[in-house]
Amino acid sequence: MSVNYGSKRTVVGAHYGLRDWLAQRVTGALMALFTVVVLAQVIFTSGPIGYEQWAGIFASQWMKGLTFTVIVALLWHVWVGIRDIWMDYIKPVGLRLGLQVFSIVWLVACSGWAVQVLWRL
Amino acid sequence: MTELARKRPEFRNINALSDLPSYRLPVAGFVSILHRISGALMFLLMPFIIWVFDNSLSSEISYAKFSAAFNVGLGFVPGWFMKLVALALIWAYLHHFIAGLRHLYMDVCHAVSKEFGKSSAIATLALSIGLTLVLGAKLFGLY
Repeated sequence: MSVNYGSKRTVVGAHYGLRDWLAQRVTGALMALFTVVVLAQVIFTSGPIGYEQWAGIFASQWMKGLTFTVIVALLWHVWVGIRDIWMDYIKPVGLRLGLQVFSIVWLVACSGWAVQVLWRL
Repeated sequence: MTELARKRPEFRNINALSDLPSYRLPVAGFVSILHRISGALMFLLMPFIIWVFDNSLSSEISYAKFSAAFNVGLGFVPGWFMKLVALALIWAYLHHFIAGLRHLYMDVCHAVSKEFGKSSAIATLALSIGLTLVLGAKLFGLY
């Protein structure tokens, strides 16, 4: 049996098994639920929707908690998805690493901004 | 050597420009690649999405700025272009959402027959494109 560890390790893919696959599905389901919750509140608001009604949807503490969870779920979901894209199409290791680092910075910066918006409401 | 570590076959003789356009994908293949494209699009436009989230929620003044961006434009970007970007995002979200539910359904029910793959792919495309047209007409004030 040939050696497949240490400096002889064959580097392919990211994580094998269930973890990322399951994470992407669970976070996806959570975001789908969030979509339905927001849509339902928009649809069942009587009258035209202005600033008051729109901001009111995100005002309650449970909605803030749910939105925060969805932001974290989105961060994770997008990381798995974008990393899959880089792994499929970008073969040079250096370039792939660069793009992965860019994705992480991009995603963390975006989620930080979204959390900031949510928390000063 | 384990199954995973064995060298997997690679095909590098496919040219993205000369070969891919002539390949005929099944409907489910279109749903699949559009799922990826819509996801990448939303990833790239994420700052714009959060800008909308920020301005529409933060205050009445920023809400007015958010509405004005789509009606009269923002800086040198005209309003119709902002609406077009919003429409692209609406399509991307709808497609990713519906195709994602299809994925979840298939995972939960093990519904992976060829027939179901095809019919659910057609339903996904019809729903996402149909809803995009309806919402796009609303966005551009056709009704």
